[in-house]
Amino acid sequence: MLKLLRKIVRTGRVTETIPHGAGPQPFLGAPDPLRGSLQVRQVDAGSCNGCEAEFAAAFGPVYDAERFGVRLVASPRHADALVVTGPVTRNMAEPLMKAWEATPGPKLVIALGDCARDCGVFAGGYGVAGSVADVVPVDLEILGCPPAPADIVAALRRIVGS
Amino acid sequence: MSATGIAVAMLQVVLTIAAAPLLVGMMRLVRARLEGRVGAPIRQPWRDLRKLLRKERMVSANTGWVFSIAPLVLLASAALVAGIVPFLSTRSALDQVGDLFAVVYLLLLGTVFLSLAGLDAGTAFGGMGASREMTIAAIAEPTVLVAIFALSVSTGSSNLGAIVAATLAHPSTAASPESLLAFAALAVVTIAETGRIPVDNPATHLELTMIHEAMILEYSGPDLAMVELAAHLRLVVFLGLLANLFVPWGIATTVQPLHLAAAAAAVAIKLVALAATIAAIEVFIAKVRLFRVPELLAASFVLAFLAVTASFFLA
Repeated sequence: MLKLLRKIVRTGRVTETIPHGAGPQPFLGAPDPLRGSLQVRQVDAGSCNGCEAEFAAAFGPVYDAERFGVRLVASPRHADALVVTGPVTRNMAEPLMKAWEATPGPKLVIALGDCARDCGVFAGGYGVAGSVADVVPVDLEILGCPPAPADIVAALRRIVGS
Repeated sequence: MSATGIAVAMLQVVLTIAAAPLLVGMMRLVRARLEGRVGAPIRQPWRDLRKLLRKERMVSANTGWVFSIAPLVLLASAALVAGIVPFLSTRSALDQVGDLFAVVYLLLLGTVFLSLAGLDAGTAFGGMGASREMTIAAIAEPTVLVAIFALSVSTGSSNLGAIVAATLAHPSTAASPESLLAFAALAVVTIAETGRIPVDNPATHLELTMIHEAMILEYSGPDLAMVELAAHLRLVVFLGLLANLFVPWGIATTVQPLHLAAAAAAVAIKLVALAATIAAIEVFIAKVRLFRVPELLAASFVLAFLAVTASFFLA
Protein backbone atom coordinates (compact mmCIF):
# COMPACT_ATOMS: atom_id res chain seq x y z
CA MET A 1 0.00 0.00 0.00
CA LEU A 2 2.87 2.38 0.80
CA LYS A 3 4.46 1.45 -2.51
CA LEU A 4 1.26 2.34 -4.34
CA LEU A 5 0.97 5.60 -2.40
CA ARG A 6 4.54 6.51 -3.37
CA LYS A 7 3.72 5.76 -7.01
CA ILE A 8 0.59 7.92 -6.85
CA VAL A 9 2.55 10.85 -5.43
CA ARG A 10 5.46 10.40 -7.86
CA THR A 11 3.27 10.00 -10.96
CA GLY A 12 0.99 12.95 -10.27
CA ARG A 13 -1.47 13.88 -12.97
CA VAL A 14 -1.07 12.18 -16.34
CA THR A 15 -4.07 13.62 -18.16
CA GLU A 16 -3.10 15.56 -21.27
CA THR A 17 -4.16 19.18 -20.99
CA ILE A 18 -6.20 20.59 -23.81
CA PRO A 19 -4.84 23.93 -25.10
CA HIS A 20 -6.82 26.89 -23.87
CA GLY A 21 -9.32 28.26 -26.34
CA ALA A 22 -9.43 24.97 -28.25
CA GLY A 23 -13.09 24.57 -27.49
CA PRO A 24 -15.02 22.11 -29.60
CA GLN A 25 -17.17 23.15 -32.51
CA PRO A 26 -20.62 22.38 -31.12
CA PHE A 27 -22.52 19.57 -32.78
CA LEU A 28 -25.76 21.25 -33.81
CA GLY A 29 -27.78 18.02 -33.80
CA ALA A 30 -27.10 17.45 -30.09
CA PRO A 31 -30.30 17.58 -28.02
CA ASP A 32 -30.30 20.31 -25.37
CA PRO A 33 -30.67 18.02 -22.31
CA LEU A 34 -27.39 16.30 -23.17
CA ARG A 35 -25.30 19.46 -22.69
CA GLY A 36 -22.82 18.81 -19.89
CA SER A 37 -23.92 15.25 -19.21
CA LEU A 38 -23.68 12.30 -21.57
CA GLN A 39 -24.04 8.64 -20.66
CA VAL A 40 -22.68 6.32 -23.31
CA ARG A 41 -23.43 2.68 -24.04
CA GLN A 42 -20.97 1.00 -26.33
CA VAL A 43 -22.30 -1.60 -28.77
CA ASP A 44 -19.88 -3.87 -30.58
CA ALA A 45 -21.75 -4.81 -33.75
CA GLY A 46 -18.93 -6.92 -35.18
CA SER A 47 -15.77 -4.92 -34.67
CA CYS A 48 -12.20 -6.29 -34.68
CA ASN A 49 -11.84 -4.69 -31.18
CA GLY A 50 -9.36 -2.10 -32.39
CA CYS A 51 -11.96 0.64 -31.91
CA GLU A 52 -12.84 -0.79 -28.47
CA ALA A 53 -9.21 -0.53 -27.37
CA GLU A 54 -9.03 3.12 -28.45
CA PHE A 55 -12.44 3.88 -26.97
CA ALA A 56 -11.37 2.41 -23.65
CA ALA A 57 -8.21 4.53 -23.81
CA ALA A 58 -10.36 7.66 -24.24
CA PHE A 59 -11.73 6.98 -20.73
CA GLY A 60 -8.32 6.14 -19.26
CA PRO A 61 -6.16 8.51 -17.23
CA VAL A 62 -4.38 10.08 -20.23
CA TYR A 63 -7.42 11.27 -22.21
CA ASP A 64 -9.98 11.23 -19.37
CA ALA A 65 -13.24 11.82 -21.22
CA GLU A 66 -15.01 11.72 -17.85
CA ARG A 67 -13.86 15.26 -17.02
CA PHE A 68 -16.29 16.53 -19.67
CA GLY A 69 -19.23 14.77 -18.07
CA VAL A 70 -19.17 11.69 -20.29
CA ARG A 71 -19.61 8.35 -18.54
CA LEU A 72 -19.90 4.75 -19.69
CA VAL A 73 -23.01 2.91 -18.52
CA ALA A 74 -24.08 -0.71 -18.42
CA SER A 75 -27.55 -0.51 -19.91
CA PRO A 76 -29.07 1.16 -22.99
CA ARG A 77 -31.87 2.29 -20.63
CA HIS A 78 -29.34 4.49 -18.82
CA ALA A 79 -27.73 5.74 -22.02
CA ASP A 80 -28.07 8.97 -24.00
CA ALA A 81 -25.85 7.82 -26.82
CA LEU A 82 -24.98 4.49 -28.39
CA VAL A 83 -21.42 4.24 -29.66
CA VAL A 84 -21.48 1.54 -32.32
CA THR A 85 -18.28 -0.02 -33.65
CA GLY A 86 -17.57 -2.34 -36.54
CA PRO A 87 -19.56 -3.39 -39.57
CA VAL A 88 -22.96 -4.70 -38.48
CA THR A 89 -22.86 -8.48 -38.79
CA ARG A 90 -25.98 -10.49 -39.53
CA ASN A 91 -26.16 -11.76 -35.98
CA MET A 92 -25.80 -8.29 -34.45
CA ALA A 93 -28.28 -6.41 -36.67
CA GLU A 94 -31.27 -7.35 -34.51
CA PRO A 95 -29.54 -6.82 -31.11
CA LEU A 96 -28.35 -3.39 -32.33
CA MET A 97 -31.88 -2.48 -33.39
CA LYS A 98 -33.19 -3.66 -29.99
CA ALA A 99 -30.53 -1.67 -28.12
CA TRP A 100 -31.53 1.42 -30.09
CA GLU A 101 -35.21 0.85 -29.30
CA ALA A 102 -34.40 0.35 -25.59
CA THR A 103 -32.61 3.70 -25.36
CA PRO A 104 -34.83 6.48 -24.00
CA GLY A 105 -34.99 9.68 -26.02
CA PRO A 106 -33.53 12.14 -26.75
CA LYS A 107 -30.80 9.82 -28.01
CA LEU A 108 -27.86 9.85 -30.39
CA VAL A 109 -26.05 7.17 -32.35
CA ILE A 110 -22.32 7.63 -32.84
CA ALA A 111 -20.65 5.44 -35.46
CA LEU A 112 -17.08 4.85 -34.28
CA GLY A 113 -14.43 3.96 -36.86
CA ASP A 114 -14.28 3.41 -40.59
CA CYS A 115 -16.01 0.01 -40.42
CA ALA A 116 -19.07 1.52 -38.77
CA ARG A 117 -19.25 4.05 -41.60
CA ASP A 118 -18.73 1.89 -44.70
CA CYS A 119 -17.85 -1.64 -43.45
CA GLY A 120 -14.12 -0.99 -44.15
CA VAL A 121 -12.19 -4.07 -45.26
CA PHE A 122 -15.16 -6.24 -44.32
CA ALA A 123 -17.42 -4.73 -47.01
CA GLY A 124 -19.13 -7.43 -49.05
CA GLY A 125 -18.27 -10.18 -46.55
CA TYR A 126 -20.81 -13.00 -46.30
CA GLY A 127 -21.46 -12.30 -42.62
CA VAL A 128 -21.85 -8.53 -42.96
CA ALA A 129 -25.36 -7.05 -43.00
CA GLY A 130 -24.20 -3.51 -43.76
CA SER A 131 -22.91 -0.35 -42.15
CA VAL A 132 -24.38 1.06 -38.93
CA ALA A 133 -26.43 3.60 -40.89
CA ASP A 134 -28.18 0.72 -42.70
CA VAL A 135 -29.63 -0.48 -39.37
CA VAL A 136 -30.10 2.56 -37.12
CA PRO A 137 -30.02 6.33 -37.86
CA VAL A 138 -26.49 7.66 -37.29
CA ASP A 139 -26.07 11.19 -35.91
CA LEU A 140 -22.30 11.51 -35.69
CA GLU A 141 -19.37 9.69 -37.29
CA ILE A 142 -15.85 9.40 -35.91
CA LEU A 143 -13.41 8.37 -38.65
CA GLY A 144 -10.19 6.40 -38.40
CA CYS A 145 -9.02 2.81 -38.37
CA PRO A 146 -9.01 2.89 -35.44
CA PRO A 147 -9.79 6.52 -34.46
CA ALA A 148 -7.27 8.11 -32.10
CA PRO A 149 -8.52 8.55 -28.50
CA ALA A 150 -8.00 12.31 -28.86
CA ASP A 151 -10.39 12.35 -31.83
CA ILE A 152 -12.96 10.35 -29.85
CA VAL A 153 -12.74 12.78 -26.93
CA ALA A 154 -13.02 15.74 -29.33
CA ALA A 155 -16.19 14.28 -30.89
CA LEU A 156 -17.75 13.61 -27.48
CA ARG A 157 -16.93 17.17 -26.44
CA ARG A 158 -18.86 18.45 -29.45
CA ILE A 159 -22.00 16.87 -27.96
CA VAL A 160 -21.56 17.93 -24.32
CA GLY A 161 -20.30 21.33 -25.43
CA SER A 162 -17.41 21.86 -22.99
CA MET B 1 -44.21 17.96 17.85
CA SER B 2 -43.63 21.69 17.57
CA ALA B 3 -43.68 23.84 14.44
CA THR B 4 -39.99 24.69 14.79
CA GLY B 5 -39.17 20.99 15.18
CA ILE B 6 -40.95 20.20 11.93
CA ALA B 7 -39.14 23.10 10.26
CA VAL B 8 -35.80 21.65 11.40
CA ALA B 9 -36.72 18.22 10.01
CA MET B 10 -37.76 19.76 6.68
CA LEU B 11 -34.57 21.82 6.55
CA GLN B 12 -32.57 18.67 7.18
CA VAL B 13 -34.29 16.82 4.31
CA VAL B 14 -33.76 19.73 1.89
CA LEU B 15 -30.10 20.18 2.87
CA THR B 16 -29.42 16.44 2.60
CA ILE B 17 -31.00 16.23 -0.84
CA ALA B 18 -29.00 19.26 -2.00
CA ALA B 19 -25.74 17.96 -0.58
CA ALA B 20 -25.95 14.23 -1.35
CA PRO B 21 -25.11 14.41 -5.10
CA LEU B 22 -22.31 16.88 -4.34
CA LEU B 23 -20.80 14.46 -1.83
CA VAL B 24 -20.88 11.67 -4.42
CA GLY B 25 -19.27 14.04 -6.96
CA MET B 26 -16.58 14.82 -4.40
CA MET B 27 -15.88 11.10 -3.86
CA ARG B 28 -15.56 10.57 -7.63
CA LEU B 29 -13.20 13.55 -7.85
CA VAL B 30 -10.97 12.24 -5.04
CA ARG B 31 -10.78 8.90 -6.78
CA ALA B 32 -10.03 10.52 -10.15
CA ARG B 33 -7.23 12.66 -8.71
CA LEU B 34 -5.60 9.65 -7.05
CA GLU B 35 -5.77 7.79 -10.36
CA GLY B 36 -3.92 10.64 -12.08
CA ARG B 37 -7.02 11.92 -13.86
CA VAL B 38 -8.59 15.38 -13.82
CA GLY B 39 -12.06 14.02 -13.09
CA ALA B 40 -15.53 15.47 -13.55
CA PRO B 41 -16.53 18.58 -11.57
CA ILE B 42 -18.18 18.03 -8.16
CA ARG B 43 -21.56 19.17 -9.48
CA GLN B 44 -21.58 16.48 -12.20
CA PRO B 45 -24.04 14.14 -10.38
CA TRP B 46 -26.51 17.05 -10.21
CA ARG B 47 -26.09 17.65 -13.95
CA ASP B 48 -26.71 13.95 -14.59
CA LEU B 49 -29.88 14.02 -12.47
CA ARG B 50 -31.17 17.13 -14.24
CA LYS B 51 -30.50 15.49 -17.58
CA LEU B 52 -32.32 12.29 -16.52
CA LEU B 53 -35.37 14.28 -15.46
CA ARG B 54 -35.63 15.67 -18.97
CA LYS B 55 -35.41 12.27 -20.61
CA GLU B 56 -38.08 9.87 -21.75
CA ARG B 57 -39.49 7.40 -19.20
CA MET B 58 -39.42 3.92 -20.68
CA VAL B 59 -41.19 0.99 -19.03
CA SER B 60 -40.81 -2.52 -20.33
CA ALA B 61 -44.10 -4.19 -21.27
CA ASN B 62 -43.42 -7.10 -18.90
CA THR B 63 -43.30 -5.08 -15.68
CA GLY B 64 -46.03 -4.66 -13.08
CA TRP B 65 -46.90 -2.03 -10.49
CA VAL B 66 -43.91 -2.80 -8.26
CA PHE B 67 -41.55 -1.55 -10.95
CA SER B 68 -43.43 1.76 -11.17
CA ILE B 69 -43.69 2.54 -7.45
CA ALA B 70 -40.30 1.20 -6.31
CA PRO B 71 -38.37 4.42 -7.14
CA LEU B 72 -40.99 6.46 -5.24
CA VAL B 73 -40.85 4.19 -2.18
CA LEU B 74 -37.06 4.15 -2.28
CA LEU B 75 -36.75 7.93 -2.53
CA ALA B 76 -39.51 8.64 -0.01
CA SER B 77 -38.07 6.26 2.60
CA ALA B 78 -34.57 7.66 2.11
CA ALA B 79 -35.84 11.26 2.40
CA LEU B 80 -37.85 10.42 5.53
CA VAL B 81 -34.81 8.83 7.15
CA ALA B 82 -32.80 11.92 6.21
CA GLY B 83 -35.33 13.90 8.25
CA ILE B 84 -35.25 11.54 11.24
CA VAL B 85 -31.53 11.01 11.70
CA PRO B 86 -30.00 13.60 14.05
CA PHE B 87 -27.81 15.58 11.64
CA LEU B 88 -28.45 19.15 12.77
CA SER B 89 -30.14 19.02 16.15
CA THR B 90 -30.85 16.43 18.84
CA ARG B 91 -34.30 17.97 19.12
CA SER B 92 -35.66 17.22 15.66
CA ALA B 93 -39.44 16.81 15.52
CA LEU B 94 -39.47 13.48 13.72
CA ASP B 95 -36.94 12.17 16.17
CA GLN B 96 -39.74 11.63 18.70
CA VAL B 97 -41.53 9.16 16.43
CA GLY B 98 -38.59 7.67 14.62
CA ASP B 99 -35.98 5.83 16.59
CA LEU B 100 -33.28 3.31 15.74
CA PHE B 101 -35.71 0.58 14.69
CA ALA B 102 -37.73 2.91 12.48
CA VAL B 103 -34.58 4.11 10.71
CA VAL B 104 -33.26 0.61 10.05
CA TYR B 105 -36.58 -0.71 8.79
CA LEU B 106 -37.32 2.34 6.65
CA LEU B 107 -33.99 1.79 4.94
CA LEU B 108 -34.80 -1.92 4.58
CA LEU B 109 -38.17 -1.04 3.05
CA GLY B 110 -36.41 0.77 0.21
CA THR B 111 -33.98 -2.12 -0.25
CA VAL B 112 -36.81 -4.66 -0.44
CA PHE B 113 -38.77 -2.61 -2.98
CA LEU B 114 -35.73 -2.12 -5.18
CA SER B 115 -35.05 -5.87 -5.08
CA LEU B 116 -38.66 -6.61 -6.02
CA ALA B 117 -38.37 -4.13 -8.88
CA GLY B 118 -35.22 -5.90 -10.03
CA LEU B 119 -37.17 -9.16 -10.16
CA ASP B 120 -40.23 -7.51 -11.73
CA ALA B 121 -38.70 -6.83 -15.13
CA GLY B 122 -37.86 -10.51 -15.46
CA THR B 123 -34.33 -9.97 -16.78
CA ALA B 124 -31.53 -12.33 -15.81
CA PHE B 125 -29.32 -9.64 -14.31
CA GLY B 126 -32.16 -7.99 -12.39
CA GLY B 127 -32.95 -11.22 -10.58
CA MET B 128 -29.29 -11.87 -9.92
CA GLY B 129 -28.81 -8.41 -8.44
CA ALA B 130 -31.93 -8.78 -6.29
CA SER B 131 -30.77 -12.12 -4.91
CA ARG B 132 -27.34 -10.68 -4.09
CA GLU B 133 -28.80 -7.58 -2.48
CA MET B 134 -31.04 -9.71 -0.25
CA THR B 135 -28.10 -11.93 0.73
CA ILE B 136 -26.19 -8.87 1.86
CA ALA B 137 -29.18 -7.18 3.49
CA ALA B 138 -29.97 -10.32 5.49
CA ILE B 139 -26.62 -10.04 7.27
CA ALA B 140 -26.12 -6.28 7.17
CA GLU B 141 -29.45 -5.14 8.64
CA PRO B 142 -29.13 -7.15 11.91
CA THR B 143 -25.60 -5.77 12.23
CA VAL B 144 -26.84 -2.18 12.03
CA LEU B 145 -29.52 -2.93 14.62
CA VAL B 146 -27.16 -4.69 17.03
CA ALA B 147 -24.38 -2.11 16.62
CA ILE B 148 -26.63 0.86 17.39
CA PHE B 149 -28.36 -1.18 20.09
CA ALA B 150 -24.98 -1.47 21.82
CA LEU B 151 -24.95 2.32 22.08
CA SER B 152 -28.54 2.50 23.23
CA VAL B 153 -27.94 0.08 26.15
CA SER B 154 -25.88 2.60 28.08
CA THR B 155 -28.28 5.41 27.23
CA GLY B 156 -31.39 3.43 28.08
CA SER B 157 -33.20 4.64 24.98
CA SER B 158 -33.35 3.53 21.36
CA ASN B 159 -34.00 7.12 20.30
CA LEU B 160 -31.14 8.29 18.09
CA GLY B 161 -31.34 11.86 19.37
CA ALA B 162 -31.13 10.61 22.95
CA ILE B 163 -28.07 8.48 22.15
CA VAL B 164 -26.32 11.46 20.57
CA ALA B 165 -27.27 13.72 23.48
CA ALA B 166 -25.95 11.13 25.97
CA THR B 167 -22.61 10.93 24.15
CA LEU B 168 -22.44 14.74 24.23
CA ALA B 169 -23.11 14.75 27.97
CA HIS B 170 -20.49 12.05 28.67
CA PRO B 171 -17.70 12.50 26.10
CA SER B 172 -15.67 9.62 27.57
CA THR B 173 -18.25 7.08 26.33
CA ALA B 174 -17.22 7.87 22.75
CA ALA B 175 -13.92 6.05 23.35
CA SER B 176 -15.39 3.16 25.35
CA PRO B 177 -14.83 -0.42 24.07
CA GLU B 178 -18.47 -0.92 23.07
CA SER B 179 -18.51 2.34 21.17
CA LEU B 180 -15.33 1.51 19.24
CA LEU B 181 -16.53 -2.03 18.43
CA ALA B 182 -19.90 -0.72 17.29
CA PHE B 183 -18.14 1.89 15.13
CA ALA B 184 -16.06 -0.78 13.39
CA ALA B 185 -19.16 -2.92 12.79
CA LEU B 186 -21.21 -0.01 11.48
CA ALA B 187 -18.38 1.15 9.21
CA VAL B 188 -18.25 -2.23 7.44
CA VAL B 189 -22.04 -2.30 7.08
CA THR B 190 -22.05 1.26 5.73
CA ILE B 191 -19.72 0.18 2.94
CA ALA B 192 -21.85 -2.89 2.18
CA GLU B 193 -25.19 -1.07 2.27
CA THR B 194 -24.07 1.84 0.13
CA GLY B 195 -22.53 -0.45 -2.48
CA ARG B 196 -18.92 0.68 -2.24
CA ILE B 197 -15.71 -1.29 -2.83
CA PRO B 198 -14.89 -4.01 -1.58
CA VAL B 199 -18.51 -5.22 -1.58
CA ASP B 200 -19.84 -3.62 -4.77
CA ASN B 201 -18.33 -1.29 -7.32
CA PRO B 202 -20.46 1.79 -8.07
CA ALA B 203 -18.55 2.51 -11.31
CA THR B 204 -18.78 -0.97 -12.79
CA HIS B 205 -20.32 -1.77 -16.13
CA LEU B 206 -19.65 -5.50 -15.95
CA GLU B 207 -23.03 -7.10 -15.32
CA LEU B 208 -21.57 -10.22 -13.71
CA THR B 209 -20.03 -8.32 -10.79
CA MET B 210 -22.94 -5.98 -10.13
CA ILE B 211 -25.19 -5.84 -7.11
CA HIS B 212 -26.94 -2.45 -6.89
CA GLU B 213 -26.47 -1.60 -10.57
CA ALA B 214 -27.89 -4.96 -11.70
CA MET B 215 -31.24 -4.19 -10.07
CA ILE B 216 -31.61 -0.81 -11.75
CA LEU B 217 -30.58 -1.82 -15.28
CA GLU B 218 -34.17 -1.48 -16.51
CA TYR B 219 -34.80 2.03 -15.14
CA SER B 220 -34.62 5.07 -17.38
CA GLY B 221 -35.23 8.82 -17.31
CA PRO B 222 -37.00 10.28 -14.24
CA ASP B 223 -37.29 6.84 -12.59
CA LEU B 224 -33.54 6.39 -12.81
CA ALA B 225 -33.04 9.91 -11.44
CA MET B 226 -35.12 8.99 -8.37
CA VAL B 227 -33.23 5.73 -7.82
CA GLU B 228 -29.87 7.47 -8.15
CA LEU B 229 -30.83 10.33 -5.86
CA ALA B 230 -32.11 7.81 -3.29
CA ALA B 231 -28.80 5.93 -3.51
CA HIS B 232 -26.92 9.20 -2.91
CA LEU B 233 -29.23 10.01 0.03
CA ARG B 234 -28.68 6.60 1.61
CA LEU B 235 -24.93 7.14 1.40
CA VAL B 236 -25.27 10.45 3.25
CA VAL B 237 -27.63 8.90 5.83
CA PHE B 238 -25.24 6.07 6.62
CA LEU B 239 -22.17 8.31 6.72
CA GLY B 240 -24.10 10.85 8.81
CA LEU B 241 -25.15 8.15 11.29
CA LEU B 242 -21.58 6.96 11.50
CA ALA B 243 -20.33 10.50 12.07
CA ASN B 244 -22.92 11.77 14.53
CA LEU B 245 -23.38 8.64 16.64
CA PHE B 246 -19.70 8.30 17.40
CA VAL B 247 -18.38 11.86 17.00
CA PRO B 248 -21.43 13.98 17.86
CA TRP B 249 -19.59 17.22 18.64
CA GLY B 250 -20.90 20.21 16.72
CA ILE B 251 -24.55 19.07 16.67
CA ALA B 252 -27.04 21.62 18.03
CA THR B 253 -28.96 20.80 21.20
CA THR B 254 -31.41 23.65 20.53
CA VAL B 255 -33.33 24.75 17.45
CA GLN B 256 -31.88 28.27 17.25
CA PRO B 257 -30.92 29.24 13.69
CA LEU B 258 -27.35 30.17 14.60
CA HIS B 259 -26.75 26.82 16.34
CA LEU B 260 -28.32 24.99 13.42
CA ALA B 261 -26.03 26.76 10.94
CA ALA B 262 -23.00 25.79 13.03
CA ALA B 263 -24.30 22.21 13.23
CA ALA B 264 -24.75 22.09 9.46
CA ALA B 265 -21.16 23.23 8.96
CA ALA B 266 -19.92 20.65 11.49
CA VAL B 267 -21.81 17.76 9.91
CA ALA B 268 -20.65 18.87 6.45
CA ILE B 269 -17.01 18.75 7.57
CA LYS B 270 -17.53 15.30 9.12
CA LEU B 271 -19.25 13.96 5.99
CA VAL B 272 -16.58 15.31 3.66
CA ALA B 273 -13.81 13.83 5.82
CA LEU B 274 -15.50 10.41 5.99
CA ALA B 275 -16.40 10.34 2.28
CA ALA B 276 -12.90 11.42 1.20
CA THR B 277 -11.38 8.70 3.41
CA ILE B 278 -13.62 6.02 1.89
CA ALA B 279 -12.89 7.23 -1.66
CA ALA B 280 -9.14 7.23 -0.98
CA ILE B 281 -9.18 3.74 0.55
CA GLU B 282 -11.14 2.45 -2.45
CA VAL B 283 -8.21 3.29 -4.72
CA PHE B 284 -5.98 0.92 -2.78
CA ILE B 285 -8.21 -2.13 -2.49
CA ALA B 286 -9.90 -4.47 -4.94
CA LYS B 287 -13.44 -5.75 -4.80
CA VAL B 288 -13.65 -9.05 -2.90
CA ARG B 289 -15.17 -12.11 -4.47
CA LEU B 290 -18.92 -12.22 -3.96
CA PHE B 291 -18.73 -15.45 -1.95
CA ARG B 292 -16.38 -13.78 0.52
CA VAL B 293 -18.72 -10.84 1.17
CA PRO B 294 -20.76 -12.84 3.74
CA GLU B 295 -17.49 -13.55 5.60
CA LEU B 296 -16.75 -9.84 5.78
CA LEU B 297 -20.28 -9.07 6.96
CA ALA B 298 -20.29 -11.95 9.44
CA ALA B 299 -17.11 -10.51 10.93
CA SER B 300 -18.83 -7.13 11.31
CA PHE B 301 -21.81 -8.86 12.95
CA VAL B 302 -19.47 -10.48 15.45
CA LEU B 303 -17.98 -7.06 16.21
CA ALA B 304 -21.48 -5.68 16.76
CA PHE B 305 -22.35 -8.61 19.00
CA LEU B 306 -19.19 -8.08 21.02
CA ALA B 307 -20.13 -4.42 21.32
CA VAL B 308 -23.49 -5.34 22.86
CA THR B 309 -21.83 -7.86 25.19
CA ALA B 310 -19.28 -5.26 26.24
CA SER B 311 -21.97 -2.67 26.87
CA PHE B 312 -23.70 -5.06 29.31
CA PHE B 313 -20.60 -6.31 31.12
CA LEU B 314 -18.48 -3.17 31.18
CA ALA B 315 -21.24 -0.70 31.94
